[in-house]
Amino acid sequence: MSLATLLLLADGRLPSGGHAHSGGLEAQIAAGRVKDVAGLDGFLRGRLATGGLVSAAFTAATCGDVRRCAELDAGLDARTPSPALRKASRAQGRALLRAGRAMWPLTGAAGREPHQPIALGVLAAAAGLTPGESAVAAAHGTITGPASAAVRLLGLDPYAVHALLARLAPECDRIAALAAGRYRDPVDDLPSAGAPLLDIGAEHHATWEVRLFAS
Amino acid sequence: MRADARVVAESDGLGGTRLPVLRGESPLLLRRTGPRTGGGVTVHLVGGAAGPLRGDELRLEIEVGPGAWLEFRSVAASLALPGRSFLPASRLTVVATVAAGGTLRYLPEPLIAAAGCDHVAVTRVDVEEGGALLWRDDLVCGRHGEQSGDVRADTTVRYAGTTVYRHELSVGPAAPGWSGAAVLGGGRAVGTVVAAGPGTDPASAVPGPDAAAMPLAAGGLLLSAVGQDIRQVSAVLDPYCASHPTAQLRTLTPA
Repeated sequence: MSLATLLLLADGRLPSGGHAHSGGLEAQIAAGRVKDVAGLDGFLRGRLATGGLVSAAFTAATCGDVRRCAELDAGLDARTPSPALRKASRAQGRALLRAGRAMWPLTGAAGREPHQPIALGVLAAAAGLTPGESAVAAAHGTITGPASAAVRLLGLDPYAVHALLARLAPECDRIAALAAGRYRDPVDDLPSAGAPLLDIGAEHHATWEVRLFAS
Repeated sequence: MRADARVVAESDGLGGTRLPVLRGESPLLLRRTGPRTGGGVTVHLVGGAAGPLRGDELRLEIEVGPGAWLEFRSVAASLALPGRSFLPASRLTVVATVAAGGTLRYLPEPLIAAAGCDHVAVTRVDVEEGGALLWRDDLVCGRHGEQSGDVRADTTVRYAGTTVYRHELSVGPAAPGWSGAAVLGGGRAVGTVVAAGPGTDPASAVPGPDAAAMPLAAGGLLLSAVGQDIRQVSAVLDPYCASHPTAQLRTLTPA
């Protein structure tokens, strides 16, 4: 285990295009559902408990056995009803693999354009991280991305947003541990927590002519 | 309380559908309803007792054979209630299979999560290649002016052996962020329809600001709607279900 390697994988400066995505936040801001730090808190807690849990579980499962990439990728398809979210996830997976190939010798098991958690799991495995560590990186990424986007979209106080992220850190650890504890489960038994407004919002967002974030 | 109910629909060989098995026990009582004409059969679930209450273990099995047409409804919303606190969560397991050439329209009234309830709804649907499915689930978070209880709905839909839809939705005080802007955003009602097989057009239009029609990756369609109350959800889902081509198959089922 290398803590520095884990920090590298969870760093928002990793050149994998993550900054171009708001994790569904832009659509919910436009719908008037997130206006301030309290609204962001509710958004991030829901995202962490749903998409965050699923991402962490599939990242850990991939990290634990990269030979499962194909079946895990199909499992994420079944958990991602929104075509716009599938597209965003695969775009991020592809960008992440590109960055990862420059950093570590990667297996080709994930294909060219896997879902983002599959790509993250492949990178984590190549970097020598454990499934549990990879789950922390995945869960962390599902809230830090939208949190940065919130600062740009709503002009929120960055100190207040990072104070929120600090409050969410224990919940992030809890979700990651929950996900990692199930990483050997059959695909159908892995977490599948969904968030209806993220799906619906992503579909509407994809039809906008002008938007700041890709998703 | 433990209860099992089971309905089997099969082709009668004359272009119609018969029910060789239709049995239930309180609170899951099943009744054949509707006209005896046409190719299909309608069955209503009749609540025979309050609940589900904590500690209840309920199981409903639906089997639709080749060439059979079944519409499954309920006479009223089901109301998940608290029950005694030391008992485990109430659980309703619905297991459905649809054979090639069979049609199942599962259109029950909503589940209402009364304050303090602890309920788990597990749904497993398996449709063979060539079977037609319309599967609706509506959930209301609390009665009027009431906090929501805890409900976890865990759904798997397989078509031709492939899992096309795998989804869990958790609402209530035990579900972090459920009323935040990612999950229901203050909405108190949510409804989904999973449609698959003959008759389902994956290119259906987006039906409103808090709803979407989404083609699933492995085939089929999910229609999802969130609303302040169930009327907003019904306004999106009712017309889709009523006009879905499986509604017409009732009179067209081949012999």
